Amino acid sequence: MVAHLVRLKLTLLRNGLKRSVWQVIGLVVGLLYGLFVTVIAVAAVITVSVASPDLLPTVVVLAGSAVMLGWWVVPLVAFGVDSTVDPARFATFPIPRRQLVTGLALGGLIGVPGAMTTLVSIGTVAAWWRDPAALVAAVPAALLFLATAVVGSRATTTLVAPLVARRRVREVLAIVALLPIFLIGPILSSLDGAFDGAQLDGLVAGLAWSPLGAAWGVPAAVVEGEWLVALGRLAVAAVTLLVLAVAWDRSLAHSLVNPIQERVGGKGRDLGWFTRLPATPLGAVTARCLTYWVRDPRYAASLVFIPIVPIFLWFSSPGGELLLILGPVAAYFMGWGISADVAYDGSAFWTHVAAPLRGSVDRLGRVLSAAVLGVPLVLVCVVAPALVVGRADALPALLGVSFGVLLTAWGASSIASALVVYPVQKAGENPFQTKSNGGTTAVVSQFAGSLAVAAAALPEGILAFVAVRQQLAWLGAVTLVVGLVLGTVALVVGVRVGGRILERRQTDLLKQLVAFA
Amino acid sequence: MPPEDVAPTPSTASVPDPGPAPAPAPDDVPHATAAAPALALRGLWRRFGEKVAVAGIDLDVPAGSFYGLVGPNGAGKTTTLSMATGLLQPDAGGVWVHGHDLWASPLDVKAMLGVLPDGVKLFDRLTGEQLITYAGLLHGLDRDTTAERTRDLLAAMDLTKDAGTLVVDYSAGMTKKVALACALVHVPRLLVLDEPFEAVDPVSAANIRDILASYVRSGGTVIVSSHVMDLVQRMCDHVAIIAGGHVLAAGTVDDVRGDASLEDRFVDLVGGRVSGEGLAWLRTSSD
Repeated sequence: MVAHLVRLKLTLLRNGLKRSVWQVIGLVVGLLYGLFVTVIAVAAVITVSVASPDLLPTVVVLAGSAVMLGWWVVPLVAFGVDSTVDPARFATFPIPRRQLVTGLALGGLIGVPGAMTTLVSIGTVAAWWRDPAALVAAVPAALLFLATAVVGSRATTTLVAPLVARRRVREVLAIVALLPIFLIGPILSSLDGAFDGAQLDGLVAGLAWSPLGAAWGVPAAVVEGEWLVALGRLAVAAVTLLVLAVAWDRSLAHSLVNPIQERVGGKGRDLGWFTRLPATPLGAVTARCLTYWVRDPRYAASLVFIPIVPIFLWFSSPGGELLLILGPVAAYFMGWGISADVAYDGSAFWTHVAAPLRGSVDRLGRVLSAAVLGVPLVLVCVVAPALVVGRADALPALLGVSFGVLLTAWGASSIASALVVYPVQKAGENPFQTKSNGGTTAVVSQFAGSLAVAAAALPEGILAFVAVRQQLAWLGAVTLVVGLVLGTVALVVGVRVGGRILERRQTDLLKQLVAFA
Repeated sequence: MPPEDVAPTPSTASVPDPGPAPAPAPDDVPHATAAAPALALRGLWRRFGEKVAVAGIDLDVPAGSFYGLVGPNGAGKTTTLSMATGLLQPDAGGVWVHGHDLWASPLDVKAMLGVLPDGVKLFDRLTGEQLITYAGLLHGLDRDTTAERTRDLLAAMDLTKDAGTLVVDYSAGMTKKVALACALVHVPRLLVLDEPFEAVDPVSAANIRDILASYVRSGGTVIVSSHVMDLVQRMCDHVAIIAGGHVLAAGTVDDVRGDASLEDRFVDLVGGRVSGEGLAWLRTSSD
């Protein structure tokens, strides 16, 4: 049965590759990147074992703990856990859960991160070649490490998923979990110098006894000849694996028969925005999008970055003028936020295709709904930092560049979402599941779109930079005019061109959206 | 009942796929006259990768008819109806609604169409009332008309007490009903319904049949796809049998079925019946 599950994963991978060339390219790029990192990592650990064997325990425990933490935490905040073999699919088969769990865990190692970790672990075992006893001890340590990494990643995602299906919890968690990652740079730089060798040894000793580093702590202890310590760490590692496996097993058993359902609920609603906006197709599209901004957590999720940015900027240079770039950054997120709008509609987009709706009306309605939220938000993000750092004189320039970027990004989004759709999280889906295909299309279109926005907003960007730097009031006024004019032109062109592209491509988009579902 | 092609039309099922047909001859193309069929399909062709889903379908749906489209799973019903309603671009061939070329002027023609597709989602974060209102406004109705029709449709579909519930919380049958209401709100001349009775309870199905029948009596045209033969035989006056992307037979229900029931005629034409003796081991009492 375990072999069946592993083979199933391989078959799914192969069939996925057959479906599109982009999938193959994505995998090849991923493999090359993985191979590159693997070679570097193995070379590094072998070099340490040859050049300065004294450092080997420290390096292995530190790096091992970091990788372990990555396996446990990264799926929670980014990427999600690979759902090609979704446990829920096995709910109707009489498979003993122990075998299901083992098979899913082994399947978790198939893929770029799993292969990388496995290869680097083998390299790390070989690095203990100087001490045969440590070499032998490193083999079970590596196995425990791999198992704990995979099982841990499944355990954390399965355990936290039901909690996170609730929208508020997810929003808060996303911010809280992302904060340390964003702040790593500033924190490290502030700790720089204060952190000497003695403290590092203390950290390593602590990690080697912790669930994160205990597995690699075993050969590290053996090489020092501390057999009791080695046994103790082995026990910690084994108990960690056991606890995680039981936790995963339990929560899996629960989730198989209680699938996650997002609670929407509520009754007695009236027509809401539909009564407040003009009774025209444009008003209707705007009202529908506004309703979705409120009711569909995926829209709100595009805004979670905005509160993080000022905190990050503040930590980077407390009280510094760097905070002033908050306006343009927020404007970019807000403007580009609607670039996946059609993909978010999913197959419900047929309503627009079947209706006698002009493409430009569809485009403009989506922009107007985003403007209801975006314009006040960007205003706050421009004015507040300027007042905080005492640069009220820079307001015209900052307003010019921010609204220039906002309008330009809306124009670019209007074209982008008429050109490509890619699989996105469906409303109410487990937020920790990644889509097994289409990732490359998403990345390429996001990248190209960002470049286009940056290029189109370059004039007001440069003007604003000079105006703020040199404190030139007249240039600030010029920036305001240039930003608003260029932005408006970009938006009008975006809506017109995007509308024409949409009318031509809407049946293709719909076909793809139906296929994703 | 208007005279027309009598069933069965020459079957093209046995002919190997000849590739997309050339554009239809000019004299065959319907013109926008009172006598024009409500829906005319000419040489409709669509492939997905290697698989030809619809291989040259010609069909005339007379104005004022209640037309059934039947066929086995994977026959190309949904693909045909998607192309007939502007949701899917045909590789070749054309669609005329009351004599107007759909793919030449999609905006004008879509205003005449009411569509209920199968296997797609709705904007389900809207309430039932909001969704019908949305459909009405998208078709350019004014506020009062939309509000009045929305209220009537909710009552007719027995959804009044769920008007303020989000569609995502509706059952499958309720979702079908609210989608049907969306297709009706702008009073289309041609109603195209893909599997409208799936998952709908018997009482609601009877109500919907009444609504559709009175709509046809008042001059509207309805096309429904279904694989429930019995329902089609009782409800429709015309029927087309589709299999493997071809029309096997089309015409009035009586002409198509002849002396047999529609179901028997369908099985005759489509074939593929397997005797139930095959699964000899499927006997729970055998051990």
